[in-house]
Amino acid sequence: MRFAATLFANVDFSLGNGEMLVVTGANGSGKTTLLRIASGLSHAAHGALKWRGIAVAPFDAELRASVLYIGHATALKDEFTAEENLLALSSLHGAPGGERAAVREALGAWSLDRQSRLPARVLSQGQRRRIALARLNLIRRPLWVLDEPASAIDAADVAQLERLIASHLSTGGIAVIATHHDLAIHGARKRMLRLS
Amino acid sequence: MTPFDAVAPSAPSAGAWEGVAWALARDLRLALRSKAEIGVQLLFYVIVVSLFPLGVGPEPALLRALGPGVLWVAALLASLLSLPRIFTADFSDGTLEQIALSPYPLPALISGKIAAHWLTTGLPLVVMSPLLGIQFGLSGNELSILAVGLLVGTPTLSLLGAIGAALTIGLRAGGGLLALLILPLYAPVLIFGAGAVDAVRAGFSASAQLSLLGAGLLVAIVGAPIACAAAVRIALD
Repeated sequence: MRFAATLFANVDFSLGNGEMLVVTGANGSGKTTLLRIASGLSHAAHGALKWRGIAVAPFDAELRASVLYIGHATALKDEFTAEENLLALSSLHGAPGGERAAVREALGAWSLDRQSRLPARVLSQGQRRRIALARLNLIRRPLWVLDEPASAIDAADVAQLERLIASHLSTGGIAVIATHHDLAIHGARKRMLRLS
Repeated sequence: MTPFDAVAPSAPSAGAWEGVAWALARDLRLALRSKAEIGVQLLFYVIVVSLFPLGVGPEPALLRALGPGVLWVAALLASLLSLPRIFTADFSDGTLEQIALSPYPLPALISGKIAAHWLTTGLPLVVMSPLLGIQFGLSGNELSILAVGLLVGTPTLSLLGAIGAALTIGLRAGGGLLALLILPLYAPVLIFGAGAVDAVRAGFSASAQLSLLGAGLLVAIVGAPIACAAAVRIALD
């Protein structure tokens, strides 16, 4: 993937299999904008986004089939239970694990077993974020774009997130992550990008 | 886990009909969880229609003449009332981003959403309308043409309205702007819908008006989801 935009004063990076990019910077420095461009949600004022060496427009079908984007908004429906929310989101992305068993397992991995039958409306901010992150366990995509994934979750869950990212990278996945937390990903080919 | 192949696409290309089914099933499920919203819209329809006989007086000939128009205008307004629901909630909780990034074609997903919107807001109006038509002294034949007209016309209202709803996603004064955008587009549906009942009362066949409503519906089915998809992508950009 290659990306350049004058908005961030000539940001240009490319990531190969197993590589991750950590985007840091002050609030309002454009981290979210950069991530939205990288996931194909927004278009860059200047420059191009390339996926597998080919320039792609926002919402390109090939990119859509390859990217898993988890933004600030959790995409949870208050009316649905944790389990229903995950079922709906994973089947929306054509995940083969759209079955209940896979969803239960993912919720268990984020220690949400007891909350699986509760409507999302009664869950706390941290629990909602963990449900959103459980999509990482369910939807298999080579490119992860994560916007502040470690916000509102506690240390044990950050460790779980780090393990998931490490395993994603070790199987040849790519990750672009905006974060304030210092994620400890062992053995990762990590690049840093500081937006100012 | 098997490693990702560096070249081959990672996810199978997703079919349009599965996308329609996903959105339809999810939105119907959501609507059933919040039945109050459906009830409010239906009650609004009943009350607006019932206010007219109270306002213009109980003159039977006048009510019969006004009936089809009143029922159609009320259906338009009731439809307008429910339009923001199609996209607003999904936009503010981030679901719309996920929908737009789904491997399913976006127009297919939006078609499913619009179908669910019609089933939960348009169809109840159609079912309720013959009952309300009796208040205006419409004959059996007129009532059936009214219901058929609404059955063909209300999906068009949902489809056209969805374009307006998609164009006003995230706008602060969205509701008012939506009405200004959409009501002129609703005018032809109103003219042919109410006209069909008038034709029957005058002793003519309503087939011309109903055919035009049907043609309008077909055009809207093809065009509206594509227009909505473009508007949603602009809203997210």
